[in-house]
Amino acid sequence: MTLLWYAATAWIFLSGVRGLTRSRNLVQAVGCLAVAQSSTYVLLLGIGYRSGATAPVFGDMAPGSRPVVDPVVQALALTDVVVGATVTALLLALVIQIRKRHGTVDPDELTGLCG
Amino acid sequence: MTRAARAALFWVSAAAIAAGLLWSGLALPRIGTADHPYGSRAVAASLARRTANAVSSVNFDQRALDTLGEESILFAAVLGSVVLLRQVRGERRTHARAGYVLPATRLLGLGLAPVTAVTGVYVVAHGALTPGGGFQGGVVLATGLHVAYVALDYRALRRVRPLAVLEVAEALAAGAFAALGLLGFTAAAGSYLRNVLPLGTFNDLVSAGLVPAFNTAVGVEVASGISVVLSQFLFQAVEMEETDGA
Repeated sequence: MTLLWYAATAWIFLSGVRGLTRSRNLVQAVGCLAVAQSSTYVLLLGIGYRSGATAPVFGDMAPGSRPVVDPVVQALALTDVVVGATVTALLLALVIQIRKRHGTVDPDELTGLCG
Repeated sequence: MTRAARAALFWVSAAAIAAGLLWSGLALPRIGTADHPYGSRAVAASLARRTANAVSSVNFDQRALDTLGEESILFAAVLGSVVLLRQVRGERRTHARAGYVLPATRLLGLGLAPVTAVTGVYVVAHGALTPGGGFQGGVVLATGLHVAYVALDYRALRRVRPLAVLEVAEALAAGAFAALGLLGFTAAAGSYLRNVLPLGTFNDLVSAGLVPAFNTAVGVEVASGISVVLSQFLFQAVEMEETDGA
């Protein structure tokens, strides 16, 4: 079970990286980067999981009545999501600029340096 | 490098990385174990500070400095997108044409917009009590604004979107988070971002000290920041037109 979880994380990460190396379109490459990054969510939530536990929120549950999962990695996953979304927005803005300057979004055609 | 050579290089590297990750996975703690030293301490600290949502307690109290860095990244990314997505030579602005929208879609949008706005405010305000908080609620709030674009058209969005206000609100909210942290120095043996406000009653709307204040600042920043970024992308997509000789 444990090894399967880590294997799934590695598989998602490597799928994203494979897409990055094969991509003929920068918009798709940004999507592949998001896939590679999303493997970290799986890893974080797996590390913080506790069998039979519920969310670490005591709004409608007496503290100590049930085991809860690790809130530290959940906070890290939240940071991960926010940073991932902002970086994706910034990269897509860069892709739009590249399209304007060079007239292409195929990374293989972006060979010349323009001063 | 040819595409075939690149693919070969990928498979060799991927095999090595996969083997390394699986090998380290064997040495990592088992999934689902009951032993979580950091988690148990974070939950105890969260309850001691009367914060019902332990994740919010970690984000906005115990590790508030990390969240300051996180919202700075958000602020910098919004700023970077605005700088990158400006009008360049060889482009001109056009007037967005009115789009045809089915009356049923229009009605659904009009009904959904207030519901989304209330949900967003609820998620931000209850960040210290129930799942959610400034980041999640801010995204919901920005979505509520863009229902105008989805259910009506771009011109309707431009009418209801106070872009100048949102740009100022984003900067003010980002600054407010950093400034609220200075309150931490007012306590005896104080430090930056220390939770110094009275903690209140556990599970009350106003409890957990500074956590609701930080949540509100982040909620405003995320809602306005996302709206500003989307406004730049929509500006490029809808209003910008390439002219000849670009």
